[in-house]
Amino acid sequence: MSYAIRVEGLGKQYRLGGSQQAYSTLGERLGAAVTWPVRLLKGELRERAEKVWALRDVTFDVKQGQVLGVVGRNGAGKSTLLKILSRVTDPTTGYAEINGRVGSLLEVGTGFHPELSGRENIFLNGAVLGMPRREIAKKFDEIVEFAGVDKFIDTAVKHYSSGMYLRLAFSVAAHLEPEILVVDEVLAVGDAEFQRKCLGKMSDVAAAGRTVLFVSHNMSAILRLTEECIVMERGQLAFRAPTREAVDYYMSSSFQKNGERSWAVDEVPADAAPFAPVALRVKDPSGNVVETAQSRQPLEIEFEYTLAQPIQGLRVGIYLQSMRGEVILTSFDTDDPVAFEKHGTREAGRYVSRVTIPADFLNEGQYLLGVNASAFRVRRYFWDERALAFTVDAMGAPGMHWPEPRQGFVRPQLAWTIDRVGAA
Amino acid sequence: MSSVVTKSAPSTKVLIRPQRGMVGLNFRELWNFRELIVFLTWRDILVRYKQTLLGGAWAILQPLLQMLLLNLLFGEVAGLPTGGVPRPLFTFAALLPWNLFSNAVSDASRSLVANRNMITKVYFPRIIVPLANVLSGVLDFAVAFLILAGMMIYYKFAPANLLLLPVYVFITLLTALGVGLWLAALNVHYRDVKYIIPFLTQFWMLASPIAYEASSIFERLPEQWQWLYALNPLVGVVEGFRQALLGVPVYSEDMLWVSLASASVMLVSGLMYFRSMERTFADVV
Repeated sequence: MSYAIRVEGLGKQYRLGGSQQAYSTLGERLGAAVTWPVRLLKGELRERAEKVWALRDVTFDVKQGQVLGVVGRNGAGKSTLLKILSRVTDPTTGYAEINGRVGSLLEVGTGFHPELSGRENIFLNGAVLGMPRREIAKKFDEIVEFAGVDKFIDTAVKHYSSGMYLRLAFSVAAHLEPEILVVDEVLAVGDAEFQRKCLGKMSDVAAAGRTVLFVSHNMSAILRLTEECIVMERGQLAFRAPTREAVDYYMSSSFQKNGERSWAVDEVPADAAPFAPVALRVKDPSGNVVETAQSRQPLEIEFEYTLAQPIQGLRVGIYLQSMRGEVILTSFDTDDPVAFEKHGTREAGRYVSRVTIPADFLNEGQYLLGVNASAFRVRRYFWDERALAFTVDAMGAPGMHWPEPRQGFVRPQLAWTIDRVGAA
Repeated sequence: MSSVVTKSAPSTKVLIRPQRGMVGLNFRELWNFRELIVFLTWRDILVRYKQTLLGGAWAILQPLLQMLLLNLLFGEVAGLPTGGVPRPLFTFAALLPWNLFSNAVSDASRSLVANRNMITKVYFPRIIVPLANVLSGVLDFAVAFLILAGMMIYYKFAPANLLLLPVYVFITLLTALGVGLWLAALNVHYRDVKYIIPFLTQFWMLASPIAYEASSIFERLPEQWQWLYALNPLVGVVEGFRQALLGVPVYSEDMLWVSLASASVMLVSGLMYFRSMERTFADVV
């Protein structure tokens, strides 16, 4: 079996920019003065601080025609790995051997110029991605149709909506037909219809025997499209297994599971201000923080946060999701118009928004809580899709006398009637 | 949706590993990316005058206004000699290569930073970005050249040695590329370059015989130091332009060779520096 990609001991070290270093001795000072021009030319004057390994000693291979999933939290080294494989950046150690033309969808819209028309950008983008002009001309109509922008093809793309822009960009990349396709989280954008198209295109590519490296946070897409996965953790390859196993490993290893997620000050992105999350908790009816909730009992979800300044029209809410990222429900604390009216402006201060998930609602299994604080159509202050995982135990729930896993996310008590309506 | 066509493109095998030390220019790879060079050049041309009121007219106005200003200052006020050539022709023939050079250098030096989103996302020989910027200036040059041709007809000047002109244009481009590569690579690490460019081009313009005769400088220098002035490749190029177009004799042919040698050093060192820094661009830019 021939390999499309072979990676051996791959590592990438980044220098973090930092403050100027002080020279302690005259000798060092002189040395620094002598080497100054060299360091100037090497661009090392501004970046003398610590070094971090974004990727460390990663070894794996991908067979020709294989669709390999890559999962891992943000900062686990996925993007660095893809950047090295698509030759954007050099590794610090190790090597990678690639057989075939690599096309990647992490470069969606690369080379697009806002002043140029859709038509001009298709050709330009195609050239940037390494598509010969003849090939672009041949596929032009197909690209335009796939993107659904035919009416605006001669309009400058700066007048496009962000959705149109993205669809056009993806469409060019999707028609590239490389031997090895690298896909990085493109599915996070665009509407559902377009996402469906994208996934379709990807399975086409896979079905045609091309090699695909698919990076995503969307576990159901990973499960649908890949058979095998690697899990990245802190720059290292932590696990490689058939997809189902790998997803389970990733899910169980990467979430806070003690029933509470708290945010340290430095974990809060700067652009969230004046909003700052403090903690998200799952509680049982007696008010204890629990990792495992009972399906037969109500469970309380509590989100604590602070506002440094008053915010108008704020809504704070949760996403309840399956471990694979499918959303079961979305709910905001001002869903009730009366409540929204009453809390039109929230003054600065410390707040807790609480909601109760009723008893007899969730099926057994693991669930994921996401949080969102936003002002509708104004600004999204804070957002964490995967803030906290918790488990639901279905003891005493309907149908538990049959020891079999039951499909579905909800497990309500439903009132059946059984009537005998006649003789056989 | 149409099915994916399986086309057996020539299979390429790539080995990715840390690069150290000096790297030569990979001409075969550049050749493989020739379409990208064409497209980026074309893009830079298309974009240059977008959303401007006068559009392509700037390619004419810019050198004309420059010429008027220089003539006023150095002709009417300072009264510098032009070797018997009408002053508009004398200045304009020098502004042609100068503008080609200075626009190319300032565009190229900003090019890597301006195309950051391409550089951090997709692989291609980085040199294509500043190269396309340098090449796109040729169109402006051609437009300005037509103006000069018109002026020469008006003044009834027949070109003296037109065949040599492409050589001088080529030297101008190579010099601009060399300097542009240096500045583009430095600009990735130090945005100070942005502030140096206006100063540098101003200084360089005064150090080139645009509004005055090269001989006026050469003659003031002791003979053994004349080569110092010719180290500026633009000295040789401007002299060459005036000779090829207007028949003004060059001060000394030896000095042309000095300019050519200096241009070569700038180009080769620029290429080497750019290539050795290339691998850090995506991480730093």
